[in-house]
Amino acid sequence: MNITEKILARGAGKDMLEPGDVIFANVDKIMLHDVSGPGVIKTFEKLEKDGVVKVDKLFDPSMVWVAEDHFVPSVDKISAENIVQLSKFTKKFGITKHFKYGLGQYGICHTLSHEEGLVSPGELYIGGDSHTNTTGALGAFACGLGHTDVAYVLLNGNLWFKVPETLYFKINGKLPEHVMAKDLILKIIGDITTEGGAGYAMQFGGNGISDMSVESRLTLTNMTTEAGAKNGIIEPDQKVFDYLSERGVTEYDAVYDDDDAQYKKTYEYDVTELEPLVAKPFSPQNVSVVQETTGIELDKSYIGSCTGAKYEDLEAVAKILKGKKVKIRTEILPAAISIYKKATENGLIQIFIDAGAVVGPPTCGACCGAHMGVLAKDEVCVSTTNRNFPGRMGHVESKTYLTSPLVAAASAVTGKLTDPRDL
Amino acid sequence: MKGKVIKYEQDNIDTDVILPGPYLKLHEHAELAEHAMEGMDPDFHSKVKEANIIVTGKNFGCGSSREHAPIALSASGIEAVLALSFARIFYRNSVDGAYLLPIEIDEKTYSAISEKDELEIDTNTNVIKNITKNQTYSMKPFPDLIGKIIEAGGLFKYKP
Repeated sequence: MNITEKILARGAGKDMLEPGDVIFANVDKIMLHDVSGPGVIKTFEKLEKDGVVKVDKLFDPSMVWVAEDHFVPSVDKISAENIVQLSKFTKKFGITKHFKYGLGQYGICHTLSHEEGLVSPGELYIGGDSHTNTTGALGAFACGLGHTDVAYVLLNGNLWFKVPETLYFKINGKLPEHVMAKDLILKIIGDITTEGGAGYAMQFGGNGISDMSVESRLTLTNMTTEAGAKNGIIEPDQKVFDYLSERGVTEYDAVYDDDDAQYKKTYEYDVTELEPLVAKPFSPQNVSVVQETTGIELDKSYIGSCTGAKYEDLEAVAKILKGKKVKIRTEILPAAISIYKKATENGLIQIFIDAGAVVGPPTCGACCGAHMGVLAKDEVCVSTTNRNFPGRMGHVESKTYLTSPLVAAASAVTGKLTDPRDL
Repeated sequence: MKGKVIKYEQDNIDTDVILPGPYLKLHEHAELAEHAMEGMDPDFHSKVKEANIIVTGKNFGCGSSREHAPIALSASGIEAVLALSFARIFYRNSVDGAYLLPIEIDEKTYSAISEKDELEIDTNTNVIKNITKNQTYSMKPFPDLIGKIIEAGGLFKYKP
């Protein structure tokens, strides 16, 4: 079996599983946020009212953690009320891991999953958000779900899963200096399309992955969601163990491929010649080389989200912006307070402000068109986020170009879509 | 079930257009219905007065995990979506929350059905009757567990 099959088999209490098997598996960790959380609350209310279930306690509150990220700072009375409801919910059911906006560490849910070491190798982790796939870079089965499914796991501790077939991406070589993991995942999505991974596990391996930092790997698994994958996953190694150890997590039961692990298909990528890429409006699969797209006039550069505002992403931006001035509005939102703090301590925030950018609080913000810098009609934005569907970041007639943090920063300096090598 | 068709001849209709992000803070089903398909079809609300079935292409409901998407469609009156394929979370949400029937059809059936056709769908025999055109098509049967969850009326009512 491969790593995905083995984690699901362990959850289902079975020695052997095959792709296509439908199982009920025990879940180890559950994540909720300020969109899926109120959805769960509403679902529980309705089920109780209809007499379907009684919700007086959760299966195990210690499995659960809660993030406030989509609508913080509160946008209006409704989103403020959602936060109040969420706090009442976590208090009532004894959920202690609730990361509140303005109260110490908080941030985007997927960023917290790794920054706080909330999910460990070998675990079966589900979350009420599609980019839950992100955390598979730590060697976990990590999968996004809607709030009815999350509510079911909160009460029962298990859920049905169809064992996916696995697409294996063997990455060879070291990324060039001007190229980031974001470029690689855009390349893959451009090749296989937004339905090319639909329902599959997307697994990454090879010496190109061994060479990559944990944060870079998280960018790859994050955007397996854009290829439609059930989960993205990478076998854990010493880099993952060190990363978790720095966060006080040392005990887990890591899982690896068996020697005879099977994959539906293997793709090989030599990344040594990879170039900076861009996904043009209106799909993450609409991928071109930046060199062939240069000169597109921009209104704004947005550096944020679970995909593109980790510490390493901010470092890349700072490398470009140091000693330069931005020509267009540039908004930088670190993905968690811990990242914001590290960026402050290491002088990155100073570089951003000196360059003329604004630095905002961690939030999903404009990535999902919620608030904090949404786009007007006809506005054009270069963004380190993960989606560019019509209306994703604001008006349906706005345009978003998805790129790496290096490209987004270089484009901020010139006001046009720019290859970082051309600065 | 029986009803008329709204046809969207395109692939990859994503949850951002089915129910745009700013409305994710809403959780009342009737409020969500007001914004259904707002990202792509301003005429959806007038169309859905006379129709309850969407027919569309590949990968319907891709993108975010928002359960708001099937809720908004269902609360607007949509009872079934017939698509060449579905994004996995939209499919799960539709079934587990018992909002609507996600039915997979083949290319031939997809081409044969037109806007405003009246269909009768029988999930016991897996037959779709096109009353307007006097044609019959077959639908892909629901996998075993999915069929049982649909029959039970959603995941919480299903007893494994």
